[in-house]
Order: sequence, then C-alpha cells, then structure tokens
Amino acid sequence: MAEILRYEHVDITYNGFKAIKDVSFSVSEGEILGIVGESGSGKSTLIKAAMGLLGDSGLVTRGDIWYKGKNLPDLSASELCKLNGPELGMIFQYAGSSFCPIRTVGAQLYESMTEHKHISKEDFRILAFALLEKIGLRILDSYPFELSGGMQQRVGIAAAMLLNPSVLLADEPTSALDVSVQKQVVEEMLLVRRTFGTSIVLVTHNIGVIGAMADRVLVMRNGEMVEYGETRQVLEDPKEEYTKLLMSAVPRLRRV
Amino acid sequence: MNEPTVRIQKIRKDTVKTRLIVFGALALLLLVCSIFSEHLTPYDPYLQDLTNVKAPPSAEHLFGTDRYGRDMLSRVIVGSRTSIYSTLLLVGIVTALGTMIGVFCGWHGKWIDTVLMRISDMFLAFPGLVFAMAVAGVLGGGLQNAIIALVAISWPKYARIARSQTLAQKETSYLKAARLSGSGTWKIIFKHILPNIIGPILVTSMLDIGTMMMELAGLSFLGLGAKPPTAEWGSMMSDTRSLLSTVPWVTLAPGFAIFVSVMIFNLLGDTIRDYADPKSRGR
Amino acid sequence: MEPILKVENLTRVFTRKGQPDFTAVDHIGFELYPGECLGLIGESGSGKTTVVNMITRLLDATEGSIVLDGEDITQMSGKELRRAYRKMQMVFQTPTDSFDPRCTLGDGIGESLRNLGMSRAETKQEVARLLTECGLTPEFADRYPHQVSGGQCQRASIARALAVKPKLLICDEATSSLDVTIQKEIIALLNELRWQRGAKLSILFICHDIALVQQFCNRVLVLYKGRIVEQGVPDEIIRNPKDAYTKRLIESVL
Repeated sequence: MAEILRYEHVDITYNGFKAIKDVSFSVSEGEILGIVGESGSGKSTLIKAAMGLLGDSGLVTRGDIWYKGKNLPDLSASELCKLNGPELGMIFQYAGSSFCPIRTVGAQLYESMTEHKHISKEDFRILAFALLEKIGLRILDSYPFELSGGMQQRVGIAAAMLLNPSVLLADEPTSALDVSVQKQVVEEMLLVRRTFGTSIVLVTHNIGVIGAMADRVLVMRNGEMVEYGETRQVLEDPKEEYTKLLMSAVPRLRRV
Repeated sequence: MNEPTVRIQKIRKDTVKTRLIVFGALALLLLVCSIFSEHLTPYDPYLQDLTNVKAPPSAEHLFGTDRYGRDMLSRVIVGSRTSIYSTLLLVGIVTALGTMIGVFCGWHGKWIDTVLMRISDMFLAFPGLVFAMAVAGVLGGGLQNAIIALVAISWPKYARIARSQTLAQKETSYLKAARLSGSGTWKIIFKHILPNIIGPILVTSMLDIGTMMMELAGLSFLGLGAKPPTAEWGSMMSDTRSLLSTVPWVTLAPGFAIFVSVMIFNLLGDTIRDYADPKSRGR
Repeated sequence: MEPILKVENLTRVFTRKGQPDFTAVDHIGFELYPGECLGLIGESGSGKTTVVNMITRLLDATEGSIVLDGEDITQMSGKELRRAYRKMQMVFQTPTDSFDPRCTLGDGIGESLRNLGMSRAETKQEVARLLTECGLTPEFADRYPHQVSGGQCQRASIARALAVKPKLLICDEATSSLDVTIQKEIIALLNELRWQRGAKLSILFICHDIALVQQFCNRVLVLYKGRIVEQGVPDEIIRNPKDAYTKRLIESVL
C-alpha cells in the first residue's frame, strides 16, 4: 500500500532542549500506527509536529515530515491551516473541552466545516446526519454538556471525520475514559478506518489499546525510538530490553 | 536518500527577570528617595520667598515656585514621604485584614462565612470613593482618618480573593494529608494555607499600590486627607487648582510625581504577577 | 477475628438548591480484616472517592456508621479524630499534589511525628528510616515535591503514611497516575510491606484497573452507582461475574 505520511530523521527541540532524537517511521494508507511510551518519552510531541502545534518554543530542528509530497515543517502557518482538517484530522484527550458549552454540537460542527469548504446548512445536515448515523450517534441538536465523556470523545472523532481527512492523529484519545467507554471509542476508531480507509496515528500509554487497534507499533523512550515493528511481534516477542520491561509491567487480566 | 533538512531555532529570552530587576530597582529608588527626602531637597520646602513667587521652571527652580515662592521641586520631594509611606501603610493594613477575614471565612465555612461575606457585599455595593468620603467626613479630616476610610472600603476585595484561594486549597490532597497527619487548624492555616495563597494576594496588593496612592491623593485633594502646609501630593494639587490656568507648573509638578510613582508600582505589580505565574512566562 | 474496619449502611446524599438530591453512596456495608487487602473497584462517578472521604472523615456521612479498630469514628471530631488518624493513613492519587509545594518531603513525612510530640532530631532520624524502608535515600528528606519524579514522590507518600504505624492504609488510586513500569515498582513495595507486617497492616485499595486488583487484592468490592453490586475473591468474580455491570467491565478489558 502507498505511503501517506513519512517521518525522516526527525529531531524536535524545545527552547534548546532536544525532546525528539532522530525518529523515522512511515504510515501507509489505511494503516493504524500506535506510538507508545511513558511520560516524557516525546510521543505526543511527534504528532504535534505534523500539525504544527509545537507552539512558539518548539521546532523541528532536523529532518522532514513528508505528507503527499509536502514537507510539513517547512510549510507556512496558513498552508498548514489549509491541510489541518481536510487532510490531517486531530483528536485530543479531552475532546469535550474543545466544544463551546452554549451552542449545539451541530452548529459547531457546521462552523468548523465551513472554515474549509462552502456548504449550505441543508447539505451539511444531510452529510453530517449520514456520517453520525454510520457511527451510531444522533446528537446534532444536543449541547456538549448533555453528553457523557465517552460520547464527547466520539463526537470529537466524528468532527474530525466530517472533513474526511486521509490521516487521523489521535493524542491519548481514550486515556481519560473508563474501560467500558474506552472500548466503545476504540471500536469507533476501528469502524472509521473500515468505513473511510483513514490512516490513524494513535499516541497512547495504554498497551491494551495499542494491542486492540494498531497494525504497527513504535515504542518511544526519552525521545528516542526503542523498537518499531508489527504489533504482534513487538507486544508478544519484544526484542529490546526496555520493551520487555514495559510489557512485563502491564497488569493483565487472567481469565481462567 | 536525501540529507535531512536542518533548521536553526531562535531561542527566545525570558524578559520577566529583567523587567523585575528594572522595575524593582525603580521602586526601590523611589522608596530610598522618600526616606532621605529631607536631605535631597535643594531648598527648604517650607521657606517662603515672597520676592520670587509663581516663578516658571528654570535652572534654579526646576519645577518653578508656588504663590508663596516655595520651591516646587523640594515640595514634591518632601511630599513623597507622606504620599508613599501612607500608601504603603494603607496597603499593608488592607492586605493583612482582608486576608485574615478571607482565610477565616474559607476555612470555617458555615454561618460565619455567610455573615462576613454578606457584610463584604454591603461594602462592595457602595461606590468606593464616595463611601470613603462619607467615612472620612464623619471621622473628620486628617491622614489617619483617610487611611481608616480607605481600609473600610478596600478590605472586601482581599477577603474575597483569600476566601476563594482558601476554598481551593481545602480541596488539595496535601491539605487532606496534613489533616490526616493530625495537624490542628492553626498549624494548617499558618503552615500550609497562608504560604500557598500569599502569592496572588501580594500581587494584588502590589497592583493596588497605584490605585491606593491615587485614592489617598484624591481624598487629600478634597481636603479630607493631609492638611496644608504638610506637603502631600494630593493636597498640593488641591491647594493650587485655582492657579491651573495661570501658573500650571504648580499643579502639574505633584501630578507628575503621582503619575510616575503610580506607573512604577503598577508595572512592578504586573511584572510580579507574570513572575509568580509560570504559565504567563516566556510570552 | 475482629475486623479492623467495619462500615455499615454508609450513605451520602448531596443536596443542592434547585436540583434533585443525588445519592453518591447508597447504604453500603463491608468489613476489612487484619492483614487483608480489599480492593474497591468502580468507574468514575461510582462513588469510590466519596466512600474514601467518608471513611477518612474528610466528609460527613449522611447515614450509617464507620467503626475503626473497634471504635465508632462516624461522629468524631477534633482531638478524638486526630487520635483515630494514628490508626488510619492514606496514599493519594497524584503523588506530587499530595505534598505541600512549599515544604520539603521530610517536613511532610515528619509532620505527624512532630504532632505526636517527637523532637526535631528524633523526627529526622525516623524520617530517614522511613525513606530507606520505602526504597529512597535519607537525602530525599530535603527535596521539594517538584524536584523528584512521580514514582519517588509516591514512595515518599507511602513513607509518610507509614510514619504513625497505621493499622489501615487506604490507597486511593495510588498507582493510576504513574507509568506502568513505576506502577509495578510501587506495587512491589506495597507487597513487601504487606509481607513484613502481616496482620498488622490492612489495605483498602481503590482502583479502576481490574487486572491490577486481581494481582494485588485478596477480596474485591465492585461499586456501581453508589452501590456494591458484587463482592468476592477477584479470580472468582472474573471467571464468573454475576452482575451485569461486572460482566460488562470484564468484557471491556482489552
């Protein structure tokens, strides 16, 4: 399958402090890549770099991030803005907090969509309704506070999917959720991939979520790549000492 | 394969520290000036020289002279003592009183909290300076009464800040841990709550120095503060306001002094706020 | 055997103006025996934290009783309550937040000892001993919470809890904010303490990770919407969950 996103020897520096050292990986069309690591490993920084969300103090000081022939770190802010949404979608840990509390979900989804393309309210409703129907949500006329944490997270995914991006970047999308809700969100992301063929880059510290979703895994530690390979191989037969340590530390449910 | 691109990062310097040093030094200079004000005056500020009244600013008299021929520069310098010290005293009293009430309300809660907070609402419901004028009017003029009047209208703000901060502190794990460690109320308040809430309160009081100086000058201007011939910036302006159209420097000199010191303390307050809040740093 | 902690009919109703009353904890009862480690599992909003706050008396119970080591502490306050805290200590969820940012770790660990009237020098020695017992060095007493890692801070927090030699240790999500490798170390430390102290230390382990509860606890209570819906040995419950919620919880584990 064709490559869609490729990191080449990426270094990222925050005010002179090197947070990411020489990371390379690639994502193919329809692939789910899991990036796993403990706090301070730089896993979130990696995907923020693609979206240009490193802030004033962060910069990709070396290396390239290729997306459809464009080198993302070299794009201007306005060019990146055009890509973010229709090409690269993002899901955050607390999707609920990115909604305005006093307007309906539908109105806000419409607004975010018209930022990128002209569409009438009627067409939007048809489109949005069809999409939300596919993922089993009927919430266009609800207010964000009427939704539970898991629902808000799913609406966040729906919001990202409305513009039909080729790559979905998800930063700890299930970490604030209870396990039963976490499972729903995981299933929803898998459904999105099945339905739209979207590639997903999933950043999480939860090995269980990686195991349930990812095709390939990248293990990060202190800003460096530790291991990169097929999910099954990395989780079940890790080659590196650190990965072994990490896997042995995860409490696993013994079902007798 | 291509060589990876290299980009140079410009590292921005944190300016807060520099600002803190500059404004801190200016404020300190102002304080030192007011302490040694008597030794810094070129002329005796109370010496009348009727041969040289209403002289415009010149090399001899930088700010000119007033209608009794007194040197304006000397009077402004001497006035700094009354103005700055009474302001600092006022801010100190208000901060201490308001914080005490606020922490007590926040910690104790229940009916005492309700009663004290409704009282503070009552104070907040009056337009501040008008209320202070009424209080100062009842108590009679004089710097001391002006300070009492301003304390009366200003404490609720500090009580509210201290109360909300205390309520937030009550929810923290470390306060729960302190309670589980068997520490009593007073120990918890003085060892854990006060040190953790004093930062934002001090910032507020720094920012208030300017306002308080203005309000004190305002009361003096209205004749409710310092009495002439005591050199105080507000009363100096009030004394001379009838001369504004003919000899403007007599009014403008103390006005300028108020402007500069209010500015310095406000900027210092802003800087301390930025310094105390790591989130606003580096912008 | 006498239970170290006995909770009966414990209820907490939150009343707010203009809103219907909300029952966060609804008539729950359980016993914790000496040397036992009891897990309390439930999702967010299930009332776990309310239960803990009531047992530690940081929150008043609406109804019911809490008996700690044969003493009814439900209505205690002031001096009496402070004496009860010598038998019961707690380890909090976010280690860094559980120490006063303006005091050193040593101050925090020694606070209860100083309150018991121990001299400064003796306290210092005891703090050093506690830190060593929890896998740190005595030098950590002079550090501030933001100067140490989360795992080190949680070790210090366990040291603080052990200072008064409590009979009951409450761990409120004590490992959930930590990385898995650190979580493993902290669990190992707790296991060591259990093994050393035997019947002298009982643990109430609040947690949302059923796999961790299975590893660590002798018995588990499943809390759902303020009620205990199921209780028993973790292996039993996981193999054969009776309640619909417990089933869903176990199925959701990835």
